[in-house]
Amino acid sequence: MHAESNKEKVRKKGDMSVYQVPRKKKVRKKRYRSEEKKDMISGYLYIAPFFIIFSLVGLYPALFSIYLGFQKWNGLSPMEFVGLSNFKIVLMDPLFWKSVYNTIVMGIMGTAPQLVFGIIFAFLLNLAFLKFRNFFRVTIFMPYITSMVAVALIFSVLFSDHESSLVNYLLSLAGVDPVNWSSSEWGTKIAISIMVFWRWVGYNTIIYLAGIQSIPNDLYEAATIDGANKFQQLINITMPMLKPFIILTVFTSTVGALQLFSEPTVFLGNSAFTRDEAMTIVMYLYRDAFKLQSFGTASATAIILLVLITVFAVINTSLIAGNGRKKRGENA
Amino acid sequence: MSKLEKRRSTPVSRILIYALLSIVSLFSLFPFYWMFVMATSPSSAYNSIPPTVAPGSFLVDNFNKVLDKIDFFQAMWNSFVVCSIVTIVVLFISSLAGFAFAKFKFRGKNIFFTAILLTMIIPPQLGLIPQYFLISKAGFLDTLPGVMILFFLNPLGIFLMRQYISESVPDELIEAAKLDGCSNFKIYRSIVLPIILPAFATLGIIVFSAAWGEFLWQFTVLRDPEKYTIQVALAQLSNTQNVDFGMILSGVFWATVPLLIIFLLFNRLFISSITEGSVK
Repeated sequence: MHAESNKEKVRKKGDMSVYQVPRKKKVRKKRYRSEEKKDMISGYLYIAPFFIIFSLVGLYPALFSIYLGFQKWNGLSPMEFVGLSNFKIVLMDPLFWKSVYNTIVMGIMGTAPQLVFGIIFAFLLNLAFLKFRNFFRVTIFMPYITSMVAVALIFSVLFSDHESSLVNYLLSLAGVDPVNWSSSEWGTKIAISIMVFWRWVGYNTIIYLAGIQSIPNDLYEAATIDGANKFQQLINITMPMLKPFIILTVFTSTVGALQLFSEPTVFLGNSAFTRDEAMTIVMYLYRDAFKLQSFGTASATAIILLVLITVFAVINTSLIAGNGRKKRGENA
Repeated sequence: MSKLEKRRSTPVSRILIYALLSIVSLFSLFPFYWMFVMATSPSSAYNSIPPTVAPGSFLVDNFNKVLDKIDFFQAMWNSFVVCSIVTIVVLFISSLAGFAFAKFKFRGKNIFFTAILLTMIIPPQLGLIPQYFLISKAGFLDTLPGVMILFFLNPLGIFLMRQYISESVPDELIEAAKLDGCSNFKIYRSIVLPIILPAFATLGIIVFSAAWGEFLWQFTVLRDPEKYTIQVALAQLSNTQNVDFGMILSGVFWATVPLLIIFLLFNRLFISSITEGSVK
């Protein structure tokens, strides 16, 4: 009985809806459609500003650069198609290769230690018993707030060639002869690398700290009960769990290191574009374009730089990602 | 647990860790202190051995020399104007686009969003030369708008805003407003904007400080000392034959201290802006 009446009800309901659907659906659909259309127009309208500005000052210049890489142009006279000769000129120029070498050497010396120390600092800053945590965090992060120009000027004084510069004085206490920090092959590179390290290590520390704080605490507790010490915990828990953050920082540091410009330019001041000890790829590009008015070769350099950045970013990040995978495999 | 805690870190290792962190802090802070020492010392102090390590009384004298060489206040003002306008424009563009990506359905939405993220890969140096000629053709060379226009592009901002809006603005609220006959822009202005103000603080700090510290583009576009931003003006200080270190670091000191004060006041906001900007 009950079941039947239920069935009846359902049928009745169904019947009713059959009657009502045509009218109701029509109204709803109409309103829905106009709203959908409105949303669509708003959607395109709201994302348009980015794309308009991007096509004007982002995409068009990037494409034009690639075009310019195949032209000979001094900025005034008409352009002249020269095929691959700009690339040949750049790739045959010893100064270009010197700038690639300088960029890579300073990149490794300036950024690799940052990542190692960043992880250690973040690990220490996260220790449970630590007091004055915020004080340490703020002081380590402070250099990042300072602009690169300011940092380069401060370091140009700390590391000046004079016998009386602070760093040379400290070296003399250790019995080391004064170093020409702004004009010797290794002096410039070491000074600039220390400067890059000083400004960025806090930034990476903060990113790693955020990563460490997202690691569940019971992992550490379990390890402590199993008798693992702090160092073992760092290697076996913190490092593997931080992998995505390490990949991120390796990627950004690789890209940033290959684009080094402000630090050496300001650090060296007058001699930035006349000496080659610290000339980076971007400085080489800038010099070709705005000191020598050779816009074709400068654009060719920009294209080569793009290729280098892509290659290095892919190699470095996949190296780190692959390494982690191997480790995990061993553990299992 | 307390027993474990005790065994885990002995007093000796705790002292070592504090010592290590103190050394790191000292390493971070010392260049700032050194900047202050040099900014307050006469230029002759630089030649003394051992080097001066205590502040002197030449703070004003050195700054006067800075004023002789560059138009410091004009440059600070120019930087402030550039960064403020850039921040406002980027916040507007990013939140509007973020709103669209988070709450509207339209064809090609995912493709457009991916395209925006992909633009982050293009290194800024690639387009530098055409950008320079574009700005110069448009008559914007040596003008502040010429500096600003490149900074208006901020894919990260759109990404963060989409994330924040889809998490914190409920769909029901928007539906209800639509039933009341609100236009989409009115929904943006009176519902979305008030909710996302905290995210504006985060993104605002990221955008403002990135524009404040950027050098390559400003250095390329600005040639007229009147229009220098503070970074370009500071870079001129060391561009002389007779380098006066006291004068240089006095300029750096006065340009850096305002930022450091703002940072120390709002340090939590600054630090969280970095993690949100890169970790999300």
